Amino acid sequence: MRGQYMRMAEVPIDIDHVAKLARIELTEEEAARFSSQFSRLFEFIDELAQLDVSAIPATAQVIPRINVLRADEVRPSIGTDAALENAPDREGPYFKTPRILE
Amino acid sequence: MSTKVANAAATDYEPVIGLEVHVELKTNSKMFCGCRNEFGAEPNSLVCPICLGFPGTLPVINRKAVEYLCKTGLALGCSIAAHSKFDRKNYFYPDMPKNYQISQYDMPLTTGGSVTLPSGKRVRLNRIHLEEDTGKNVHAGGRMAGAEYTLIDYNRAGVPLMEIVTEPDLSSPDEAEAYLVQLKAVLSALGVSDVKMHEGSLRCDANVSIRPAGSSALGTKAEVKNMNSFRSVVSALEYEIARQKASLAAGERIVQETRNWDEARKLTYSTRSKEQAHDYRYFPDPDLVPLSLEPATLERWRAELPELPLAKRGRFMESYGLSDYDATILSADIPTAVFFEAVVAASGEPKAAANWMLNDVPRALEKHGLTIESTRMKPGQLAELIKLVKSGTISGKAAKEICEAMVADGEDPQAVIAQRGLAQVSDEAAIAKLVDEALAANPDSIASYKAGKTKALEFVVGQVMKASRGKANVEIVRAALIKRLE
Repeated sequence: MRGQYMRMAEVPIDIDHVAKLARIELTEEEAARFSSQFSRLFEFIDELAQLDVSAIPATAQVIPRINVLRADEVRPSIGTDAALENAPDREGPYFKTPRILE
Repeated sequence: MSTKVANAAATDYEPVIGLEVHVELKTNSKMFCGCRNEFGAEPNSLVCPICLGFPGTLPVINRKAVEYLCKTGLALGCSIAAHSKFDRKNYFYPDMPKNYQISQYDMPLTTGGSVTLPSGKRVRLNRIHLEEDTGKNVHAGGRMAGAEYTLIDYNRAGVPLMEIVTEPDLSSPDEAEAYLVQLKAVLSALGVSDVKMHEGSLRCDANVSIRPAGSSALGTKAEVKNMNSFRSVVSALEYEIARQKASLAAGERIVQETRNWDEARKLTYSTRSKEQAHDYRYFPDPDLVPLSLEPATLERWRAELPELPLAKRGRFMESYGLSDYDATILSADIPTAVFFEAVVAASGEPKAAANWMLNDVPRALEKHGLTIESTRMKPGQLAELIKLVKSGTISGKAAKEICEAMVADGEDPQAVIAQRGLAQVSDEAAIAKLVDEALAANPDSIASYKAGKTKALEFVVGQVMKASRGKANVEIVRAALIKRLE
């Protein structure tokens, strides 16, 4: 999209980093399987990259509508207890989570 | 190595600063849902399935938020994008219940533009984009590092947030402050935000680097966060610039990192987070359709823009003969400017009105914990006070006392004068009597005055004023005294 295009098939895949960003744990077997699948995906992207799209505007949304806006009107909220009903843990009016590390 | 240290130590460095300012927009409802946008409500009382990120809900863009951002852009000379869209910024942190924040990545609503400082310097803007605010974390036990668990309030999650990003155009901490003051004045004139840094409706992060003076290349920057007042922005920038200079002088490299300002310890420390844009995996939000604003809508918004602080400052200087400095202060805050102009209209005395509004009124407001909006004093009362001083009914000293009473209690100046016996004595016969008494008591002064010592005159004036308990009209006293001595 920006900068120099690097052939995707040549991009080294850090499957551990991807798994960490997605907060999922992978077994070694899964890591190997997904790595090879990602490589296949990158080959598809390389194929797409060969097409001349210079005359086509970037598309972010395929629904043929623009400017769906709402008036700035307040609607009732659901209330603290309803909001916390599905929370795994609460303390007073707050959601309670394990401590956060940056 | 030693040569490098010597070079670094000998080099004169200059700071390069860019600011990212987040501004909560003063809409009635949140950015993508109808929950009330309000500061200080009971935790988690202003939430709904949309801002809590429940599956199957759909966000819808608040028209007013788009209008407020575009009006800000129009006021600052930005280009409003013909096409714009919203993206998801993905990260796992419980302040956003969806695990992503709806923001704008590569197609922000505005680009370019600038903020002009009172010095005349133009600080270029890179972009202004629209996003949603995050929830607020309360770390049990205070500091995040030592907390055992975290409590979360999502009232703020989904509040419309505008991010204003400058180019790296600021060259000192003071200039960064001047930019914030000016930006705040513009936003307050536009009425798009409360711009209260202590309530978090205006927040500021800074990108800071240093480079050899005169060089045009940019050094490696640190992003400084967690500054809670304009004062702390200045302190944090001063600290960070000094830290980077010391690092280079010691032969170290500056690493790109995020650093938090610690207000208590007056230093910045590394958060050790190395997040990069690609880790956020931005992609267009499929739940929202693009924005493409009609030129006619933009023209209507442009026509609705109020007079902006710098234009107001120019008008104050031209119409009222105020100095640059006085006009800058009186135009920066809308309620102050409105009050000032009402006093001018009622008194016809712009310079006196400016003096009161710049000195005694703010002093009295501060003393009584009031603001120009909360005081019961009316512009007409201050205008009346100005007229009473001009006509000689009261002395300048008494007027200050009356002003404070007016600010504190909203009393009429005439009532305060009557209650406290502050009317000035301008009766010439009464004053002549006091002058005679003072001269009789201080015969030396007459001799000194005749010997050419004008100080002696002021001494006797002082004695008369004292005898009248400050109520004699000092000009009449002086005239009467000179008449008697000549």
